[in-house]
Amino acid sequence: MADDATAKNVIPTGSAGAGGKSPEAVKAAAPAATRRSFLASMSWLGLGWVAFTAGTGAALTALGRFMFPNVLFEPPQSFKAGLPNEYSLGVDERWKEKYRVWIIRTEEGFFALSGECTHLGCTPNYFTSEAKFKCPCHGSGFYAAGGKEKIGINFEGPAPRPLERFRIALTDDGQIVVDKSQKFQQEKGEWIDPESFLKI
Amino acid sequence: MSKIKDFQEYVSKSQVWRSIFRVGVPTTDRKRALAVLGNVFLHLHPVKVRTSGIRLKYTWCMGGISFFLFLVLSLTGLLLMFYYRPTGEYAYPDIVDLGEQVSLGLMRELHRWAAHLMVITVWLHMFRVFMTGSYKPPREFNWGVGVLLLIFTLLLSFTGYLLPWDQLAIWAITVGGNMARATPFAGYEGPGASLLSIGDIRLVHAGDDARFALLGGRFVGTNALLRFYVLHCVGIPIVAGALMAVHFWRVRKDGGISGPL
Repeated sequence: MADDATAKNVIPTGSAGAGGKSPEAVKAAAPAATRRSFLASMSWLGLGWVAFTAGTGAALTALGRFMFPNVLFEPPQSFKAGLPNEYSLGVDERWKEKYRVWIIRTEEGFFALSGECTHLGCTPNYFTSEAKFKCPCHGSGFYAAGGKEKIGINFEGPAPRPLERFRIALTDDGQIVVDKSQKFQQEKGEWIDPESFLKI
Repeated sequence: MSKIKDFQEYVSKSQVWRSIFRVGVPTTDRKRALAVLGNVFLHLHPVKVRTSGIRLKYTWCMGGISFFLFLVLSLTGLLLMFYYRPTGEYAYPDIVDLGEQVSLGLMRELHRWAAHLMVITVWLHMFRVFMTGSYKPPREFNWGVGVLLLIFTLLLSFTGYLLPWDQLAIWAITVGGNMARATPFAGYEGPGASLLSIGDIRLVHAGDDARFALLGGRFVGTNALLRFYVLHCVGIPIVAGALMAVHFWRVRKDGGISGPL
């Protein structure tokens, strides 16, 4: 293999008629390029290419990483939502604008319902009189009454699945805490998870 | 009278005049060709064009109109940049002021209508090229470049959609940006993303996926506004401009605007 490469490298430097001769003859005609010097130049060239590729790869990786911000000026994923006795029965909208969450109190307790439509991610509106959440973008509807098994279930429009719920718990000082980083999906049977519901 | 003629001769033989008009009055074909080739703006246009190439019924002039609209959009967009600030606090009021406080008040409308038109003309251009079979060899490479240009036109439209920063803009980009969630492997709801995990820890989640990089956050906020502004005004136009240069160059190298087959 190395012999072939050497021969190929030598041909252009040889005399005009070298093309038809055997590799040995070509080598003899052009003693300037020895195997040693060829391999040396190839390894320098190889090293150069490796360094160039590594440098380019590192630069592109750094550029890609640059596009992911480390500090976000967004509301935190987890927040304290006040004391349970501050809530009356039904849908509470006080955290909707900042955290995109409805806190819903039923006879049995609390849960936190996501304000992100499961169709394409708009925020549905809550209509008290119709007891439903209605998405303004494409008209998906979700129940807003009927107990903890029914609230958030999709019943009209293009939404393919019910609204998600978030982890809800009590802190040591007795406040409700909602953690949006952990979600519970009805279609996966996760609404029976004790962390998705706060019994009071 | 001879004084005027002397003066004309003096001017036309001066170094300044001859440095600008090198060829002289183009009275012969050779001089005409030299005048075209020696001028950076004229040489962009081919010296010879087929008769079929300027027949409106054949080309609809849709490619030319698309490029013209791109120039209109570049100019009006540049002018809008004097008044528009891409931050959550100022973006929407600036858009309102562009209509109500800035003189004439129609620069933004020109930009908007030209943008709508360009999307339409680019599609019609593609339709014409398809129906006349102008994508066939040796022009298949240029068809590929054209498809890229179509995508970049749509991306320009998409990024520009967010900049008015009203409810329509924010929710439209929310919906559009959510498509990035379904990117294979790179979007956290996309196919294969769940495979990229170490034990219970997901490597691709809402805080580091393709959508996150696009929006600069978990939802459409001021980071997304700034990102889309930079992409809309600088990033995509530069790439699209370079591709247009390739596109027009290939049109000429592949034998000019295609004739009827």
